[in-house]
Amino acid sequence: MPALHVVCRSPQESQALTQCLTRAGEGDVVLLSENGVYAALVDSVASAPIRAESPQRVVYVLMPDCEARGILAEEILPGVAAVDYDGFVDLAVRFPIIHCWS
Amino acid sequence: MPVRKSFLFILRRPPHGGIHAQEALDIILTTAAFDQTVRLLFIDDGVFQLQRDQRPETIDFKHIAPIFGALELYDIEELWVEEESLRERGIKVERLIMPVRLVARCDLAALMEVQDVVVSC
Repeated sequence: MPALHVVCRSPQESQALTQCLTRAGEGDVVLLSENGVYAALVDSVASAPIRAESPQRVVYVLMPDCEARGILAEEILPGVAAVDYDGFVDLAVRFPIIHCWS
Repeated sequence: MPVRKSFLFILRRPPHGGIHAQEALDIILTTAAFDQTVRLLFIDDGVFQLQRDQRPETIDFKHIAPIFGALELYDIEELWVEEESLRERGIKVERLIMPVRLVARCDLAALMEVQDVVVSC
């Protein structure tokens, strides 16, 4: 069964993102939330693991958490899809397994 | 006669997702209120604290960034930011809320060495 992986730790403070990506299966998707959204910064060295994944893996980023941190839409890595809270709920409903990498 | 010491606060945490950044500011302002020489140094994810356009009300968090703008009132004028931390995160100085002094990673030790007290936040 496909899983939704929620990564909520900063990529430069924790290994959660890379630890998640090495375990995620085909068809799984990743959602960056809380301080995890810093991994979506287009010019950050910490976005490298996500660049290496795409286009095979769908990666989402939670926009309210970006806005709170001053990350503008144009600063988000192309290929990373923005979702709001409604989108988050849709993902949570769609995936029978939700794994939080906190 | 009160003793005046130089304090360097090193901020390494991102602004939201915990109370660290907020608590650090409380300590910093208290120290400054006691007429001590206070300098701030932002490294690693701490540089995100100075990011412009933060709207933490979106997630019901307190907006702490404007407090940095008021530090001058407390005679805190030296805000240092490590260049490499900005570069690694793809943040340009224009994206920070205020003008800062940049310091290279190789010069951090020298900056710490001249302080009386170094506090990690």
